Amino acid sequence: MLRFILTRVSLVIPTFLGVTFLTFLLIRLVPGDPIEVRVGERGIPPERLEQLRHELGLDQSLWHQFLDYIGGVLSGDLGLSLVTRNPVLDEFLTLFPATIELAALAMLFATVVGLPAGIIAAVKRGSIFDHGVMGISLTGYSMPIFWWGLLLILFFSVGLGWTPVSGRLDLLYYVEPVTGFMLIDTLLAGEYGAFWSALHHLILPMVVLGTVPLAVVARMTRSAMLEVLGEDYIRTAKAKGLAGKRVIGLHALRNALIPVVTVIGLQVGTLLGGAILTETIFSWPGVGKWLIESINRRDYPALQGGVLLIASTVMAVNLLVDLLYGVLNPRIRHSR
Amino acid sequence: MKRILLGAGLGVAAALALAAPAQAAKTLVYCSEGSPENFNPMVNTTGTSFDVSLPVYNNLVEFERGGTKVVPGLAESWEISDDGLTYTFHLRKGAKWHSTGDFKPTRDANADDVLWSFNRQWKNDHPFHKVSGGAYDYFNDMAMPTLLKSIDKVDDYTVKFVLNKVEAPFLANLAMPFAPIQSAEYAEFLQKKNQIDKMDQVPVGTGPFQFVAYQKDAVIRYKAFDQFWGGKAPIDNLVFAITPDAAVRYAKLKAGECNIVPYPNPADLETMKKDTSITLMEQEGLNVGYLAFNTTKKPFDDVRVRRALNMAIDKKAIVDAVYQGAGVPAKNPIPPTMWSYNKDIEDYPFDPERAKKLLAEAGYPDGFETDLWAMPVQRPYNPNAKRMAEMMQADLAKVGVKAKVVQYEWGEYRKRLQAGEHLMGMMGWTGDNGDPDNFLNVLLGCESARIGGSNVAKWCNKEFDDLTVQAKRTTDIAARTKLYEQAQVIFKEEAPWFPVAHSVVHMAVSKNVVDYRVEAFGIHRFYGVDLKQ
Repeated sequence: MLRFILTRVSLVIPTFLGVTFLTFLLIRLVPGDPIEVRVGERGIPPERLEQLRHELGLDQSLWHQFLDYIGGVLSGDLGLSLVTRNPVLDEFLTLFPATIELAALAMLFATVVGLPAGIIAAVKRGSIFDHGVMGISLTGYSMPIFWWGLLLILFFSVGLGWTPVSGRLDLLYYVEPVTGFMLIDTLLAGEYGAFWSALHHLILPMVVLGTVPLAVVARMTRSAMLEVLGEDYIRTAKAKGLAGKRVIGLHALRNALIPVVTVIGLQVGTLLGGAILTETIFSWPGVGKWLIESINRRDYPALQGGVLLIASTVMAVNLLVDLLYGVLNPRIRHSR
Repeated sequence: MKRILLGAGLGVAAALALAAPAQAAKTLVYCSEGSPENFNPMVNTTGTSFDVSLPVYNNLVEFERGGTKVVPGLAESWEISDDGLTYTFHLRKGAKWHSTGDFKPTRDANADDVLWSFNRQWKNDHPFHKVSGGAYDYFNDMAMPTLLKSIDKVDDYTVKFVLNKVEAPFLANLAMPFAPIQSAEYAEFLQKKNQIDKMDQVPVGTGPFQFVAYQKDAVIRYKAFDQFWGGKAPIDNLVFAITPDAAVRYAKLKAGECNIVPYPNPADLETMKKDTSITLMEQEGLNVGYLAFNTTKKPFDDVRVRRALNMAIDKKAIVDAVYQGAGVPAKNPIPPTMWSYNKDIEDYPFDPERAKKLLAEAGYPDGFETDLWAMPVQRPYNPNAKRMAEMMQADLAKVGVKAKVVQYEWGEYRKRLQAGEHLMGMMGWTGDNGDPDNFLNVLLGCESARIGGSNVAKWCNKEFDDLTVQAKRTTDIAARTKLYEQAQVIFKEEAPWFPVAHSVVHMAVSKNVVDYRVEAFGIHRFYGVDLKQ
């Protein structure tokens, strides 16, 4: 087991370096540097451009800049945002809880709805319910997030007035951030109205962000269940005279869950990617919206640091899932 | 289930209980389009960042609400010496500073604050010069470092600015957002606490609204400052709800989650006009969109070619199709609302036959091949450059000119255009200070025709330049008006541009908003706005 863990952890290092290098390079390949982006229609005298580039260290060779950067990263320094002049790590940590809160709820939504839907579809294979679930999940999977979000806003917020259009909390409330998780902070402050408002604000973005994972979880659960239901031991269990529910709930589901857990883990990447669009539509103050602005402003350190931290999160979760998979499925451990 | 319902009921009850006192206060919600860099307009260049600082600070002089006239700010009155070189400002007495959680001001705004603020931008050795990056773009762009000779305190409430040369737009420049007065006492307080970065994060000013809190990327809160020298604002709280997507801003306005919405989608304007639940306000913007001919390159070094192309393109069709009623055709480089606009000038007629003749005279009977640069982004003065380019392309083809549309990423586009790499390129401008110099000199003067300068026609006409420079060195408005009118005649004859349009700025507001004024400069201010209960 230890050996397995060590092998997996050692694989993380090249991925980490690769992500750092790629982000560093890609944002620099995008035309226009942070100064040119600021300048506007007015233009800038070449001397002043040079001076400002020098002050930001942009006049040095790419290799020099990269080594400087990676040196900083290894000592835990992600640099200062070129725009706000605040440490990138501080900005990220201020905003990340909002993203986690949204992503976690979206994942919860996807699992709570997707898992039972997949199970029932598998058990009632070929029924209307099965076709319905599969049809809806294919639609959900293909739905452009941006369009889906606006559609829900127009219907539920503008049309029916059931949910707020965007934001994280009604403007009437002001809750001092403690953990950064609005649901927890409002409870800590004892503001139940604010808690309710935060929950209200979460509904639409949660559904929008959870749609793709929901589709994936439902489909994956269904196919895993179908596979397991065809196994000999299920027939044996049934032959023993066990109740149908017990066979499905105990014998089939436990085995079918193994691939589903992996898929859920892999969805973390999808969630954080989808959060970028979802946060922009719902004016959600998380890291996704912040990254978009960093790209627009060519805020190199913010973007590099943000992508690196998100990538690290995804890697950490994947690693955890892999390890968990090892625990759930002993065959994996022993085969290595 | 019962328990859940009970919980929900309690939640709603609690929300109502908490909401009750807040509702009595008038809260104006402005759905802003983006997050600010910080709260100091000295170091910023974007309208988004200016907007968040404007409620907090005062300048020495300011622009009147919704207009371009310069009115008193922290300076109650001022005198300009006869030689136009010395400006003496008399400061308002009793202008109170805001307080923060730990900072309590002990004195009113005075001459020390004015000196402190200007020196911060001007002097490298100022203790706060490097704070927040220390790039004072606008201060430099308005040539302040070369213009200023000295700034002196005469007494506690009198400050004297001495210039190196006469600069007629100087007063208007001081009204621009980049020149706010910050508190020297607050700065000293922060220095002692070793927190100088807070200067631009937790702003302290003398303005109508006091900063309360900024939740990054989400909400900015202000409250009306009771002791504001101009009288407390009619509203009690001002909130900026940051909402980057235009469609969502409109949805929020309709759902009653915000009162004022900037930058509506051009595609939504028709719907908004018909929407009875909101009001769509408009104001002629202080801007111009144009196509510049690179006058340093063949064939555009020949004035006959430039005139011919001015006659070859159907301006009205373009304005109708691209601006969809939100623009007026332009014949001069400055907009019609600006003083010294020469209304007697006649635009070139749309006349492809005469254009062909002129081209033949210039030695291009069969036309020629050229490029046509179109910006890749929507700008206030040009909602759709690509479409505009395609229409121009079609018109030009009819007189034998084959134009190839060229596009680059926006930053790259400007850089290359300002370097003069193009033959024909679209550009535009939004005024900074309401002074014609800010258009005629900045966009067409010889000084900005250099590589990297904002004169993208790279046009340097001695006669035109003499007129605008002379106008800048005179403080008499009547005399300046004559000079600028003359300059516009030369501009029309020499045709370095094909001026396209001046666009209209739109703001969508809810029905209960009273007396909001759309600003021509593209900034947004809320002092004086009220809400019907």
